[in-house]
Amino acid sequence: MSTELAGDRPAAGPPGVEPMAPRRFRVRRVTREIHDTVTLDIEPSDQAEEFSFAAGQFNMLYLFGLGEVPISISSDPAHLRVLAHTVRAVGPVTNALCRLKRGQVLGVRGPFGSCWPVREAVGGDVVIVAGGIGLAPLRPVLYHLLGHRDQYGRIALLYGARTPNDRLYERELSRWRGRFDVQIEATVDTAVAGDEWRGHVGVVTTLIPRAEFDPAETIAVICGPEVMMRFTIEDLQKRGLTSDRIYLSMERNMKCAIGLCGHCQFGPTFVCKDGPVFRYDRIAPLLKVREL
Amino acid sequence: MLGEVTKMAECELPAPSVLTADGLEALFAALRRRDYRLVGPTVRDGAIVYDEIRSPADLPAGWTDEQDGGTYRLKPRADRALFGYAVGPHSWKKFLFPPATRLWQAHRTGNGGFEISEDREEPPKFAFIGVRSCELHAIAVQDRVFLEGKHVDPTYKARRERAFIVAVNCGQAGGTCFCVSMKAGPKATFGFDLALTETLEGGRHQFVAEVGTERGAEVLIEVPRGEAASEDLVAAEQAVARAASQMGRTMDTAGIKDLLYRNYDHPRWDDVAKRCLTCANCTMVCPTCFCSTVEDTSDLKSEHAERWRKWDSCFTMDFSYIHGGNVRSTPRARYRQWMTHKLATWIDQFGTSGCVGCGRCITWCPVGIDITEEVRAIRESEQRPPAPSAREAKDADA
Amino acid sequence: MQTLEAVLAEHAFFRDLPHDDLQLIAGCGSNVRFPGGARLFHEGDPADRFFLIRHGKVALEIGSPERGRVVIQTLGAGDLLGWSWLVPPYRMSCDARAVELTRATAFDGACIRRKCEADPRLGYELLKRFAQVIGQRLRATRLQLLDVYGTRG
Repeated sequence: MSTELAGDRPAAGPPGVEPMAPRRFRVRRVTREIHDTVTLDIEPSDQAEEFSFAAGQFNMLYLFGLGEVPISISSDPAHLRVLAHTVRAVGPVTNALCRLKRGQVLGVRGPFGSCWPVREAVGGDVVIVAGGIGLAPLRPVLYHLLGHRDQYGRIALLYGARTPNDRLYERELSRWRGRFDVQIEATVDTAVAGDEWRGHVGVVTTLIPRAEFDPAETIAVICGPEVMMRFTIEDLQKRGLTSDRIYLSMERNMKCAIGLCGHCQFGPTFVCKDGPVFRYDRIAPLLKVREL
Repeated sequence: MLGEVTKMAECELPAPSVLTADGLEALFAALRRRDYRLVGPTVRDGAIVYDEIRSPADLPAGWTDEQDGGTYRLKPRADRALFGYAVGPHSWKKFLFPPATRLWQAHRTGNGGFEISEDREEPPKFAFIGVRSCELHAIAVQDRVFLEGKHVDPTYKARRERAFIVAVNCGQAGGTCFCVSMKAGPKATFGFDLALTETLEGGRHQFVAEVGTERGAEVLIEVPRGEAASEDLVAAEQAVARAASQMGRTMDTAGIKDLLYRNYDHPRWDDVAKRCLTCANCTMVCPTCFCSTVEDTSDLKSEHAERWRKWDSCFTMDFSYIHGGNVRSTPRARYRQWMTHKLATWIDQFGTSGCVGCGRCITWCPVGIDITEEVRAIRESEQRPPAPSAREAKDADA
Repeated sequence: MQTLEAVLAEHAFFRDLPHDDLQLIAGCGSNVRFPGGARLFHEGDPADRFFLIRHGKVALEIGSPERGRVVIQTLGAGDLLGWSWLVPPYRMSCDARAVELTRATAFDGACIRRKCEADPRLGYELLKRFAQVIGQRLRATRLQLLDVYGTRG
């Protein structure tokens, strides 16, 4: 059964909520991250309501009459009143989401999907590899790990962005860089003289040899474009990480997010409910098939 | 699973009875008295489709169909059989999983918000007349999809619970049928309230009626009928056996899941891709295909919005679109997706095959692609000994 | 303080080379340092050296009139810099600039090349190792080329 391939599944969401009808949320704050990406902090319109989710899950964000898109939740799972979604403008709905202002209303369905293995990782090291906007679904992991720091060994975040002007969460990363209990390594694919970038240049896999972790006791979590994830997995395996210690987050077209519309199928799995987080060994053969 | 309809224990089932044409008329009336909307086969536009009917006079009496790859023709019969044909382009999913369903409406409220009002229409109460065994299996397959997952589809559930099913046992097979291979027929063995087998032996036109549920028994009480004699039962069995022996196609399903899982890169997919038009006919006529899309609309003033669920097909170009491109951009990938889903990944997802052997996809494919033939080609290519390599051939000559 | 030979023996790249080879290679090495901003070499320069970076960061750059100086890769402590010394026509394929103070060991590539001609076994050992480095760089470059984070269409 496809449930064998699924990543962690958290406890069921709120009961009695019609799964295809969005709840109303209001924008509390808009942060422009980079030229085409915005982070929306939103809260339930009924401010007494709470919203709980697990790191790795996503919501369907709805704009009245326009449409709905799946967006990972990128806030701290310990915060039950405010959700953050980092949205990149690539289509009509995401463009409109990126133009929302404080106080405006949007619809939210969720949380959906499987979650990152923060429980499995307890007691060991954690390597987080993020490519581009893949950092957004991974940020909740970092929040969780840092919020429960003594449960984990070494923590390393390896983050690759396209150029120095495409880096997300700069202020937060700087703050975390100031900590001694987490290793933050960032790189960009290319930089030009005008960027005045003195950091690493090269694809994110070039950071893997620098990460400090014990492969026998490490869980790796990866998110980014599929090609980047495949290359990353290969390099992590070269460092001795076994396939059952590597987790990735997949992306496919989604319409219903509840496993009924069929769009998100990836082999026998439905990415919306068996994923988006998968343990690598369970889907490794699927990743080798082109246009699956 | 469906609560209200009680399946009677074997020992409680009334024995089979026999109905005449008048009895059939009375059955229809009994169902109409209970406010069922009768849906059944009827001739329209040169095909036998499923639509609302009022009486047995609407049934395709004296018609049969000739089906083959990419071919469907109606032909007159020598007799006046009411169910002397196989299945047509429609399936019962049209009524349980409607092609377009409005999920909710919403209107704008003050301070930029909106409010959703869910549709409160009374779900329709259908009586399906003439459901074939393959179709009973197809409904059961869709039951698993829509009723047994983490999220239950309320539209399907409401219509399914209310549906009264009068099955019909096939007396002849269609040109593209292979329910025997898929173990989905031709005899109806479950999932019906009543099952009829039409016989025309010895100049007598009658129906052997079998009861499947308490609900079915209650309706049948109002229908004039006679006791089924042993020769009636024998005639019914022979009709079904005749259908079983006439199957137009076969499919070897042994190890089919693993067969397809290990052949994602088989050259046969390139072969079928040259023929497939990605027209999506197969997905529309298939009784188990369940893919849908969600459409959000609003009026011009953006004061009123609606969300609709509509049938969709994995053959469409942007079915698998994620920003920047389609995951399955080629027809090769899309045909492979449909066939491996239907015959292989469906098993991992839902515990059964997605195919019931009804043959519709073969009949209604404009270029006659035959799913049984595609499986056969892949299977046979594995059984042939591998061709000798060029070097081996050369050594053999030396 | 460690001898250069001892340093090499600990490095993944040179580890497992016989003692004599390590001695020979160490003998062709000398310590160098580049202040931040200093140029190590230009595209087209004769490739008669390669470096093992001990500390700091070096940017490999290609200059183009339309885009200015483009950094295509940075290398840091523990990285090998320079493979062109092994491959004719022995010319550097890009510019290299120290991003910050960088200390490295520079190896006389021309000298080692002559020793490899005389001792093909040594040549094979070094080529094997450099082939891996080149392979990794090629793989990384391909991923870079795909520009996976960019928007398309």
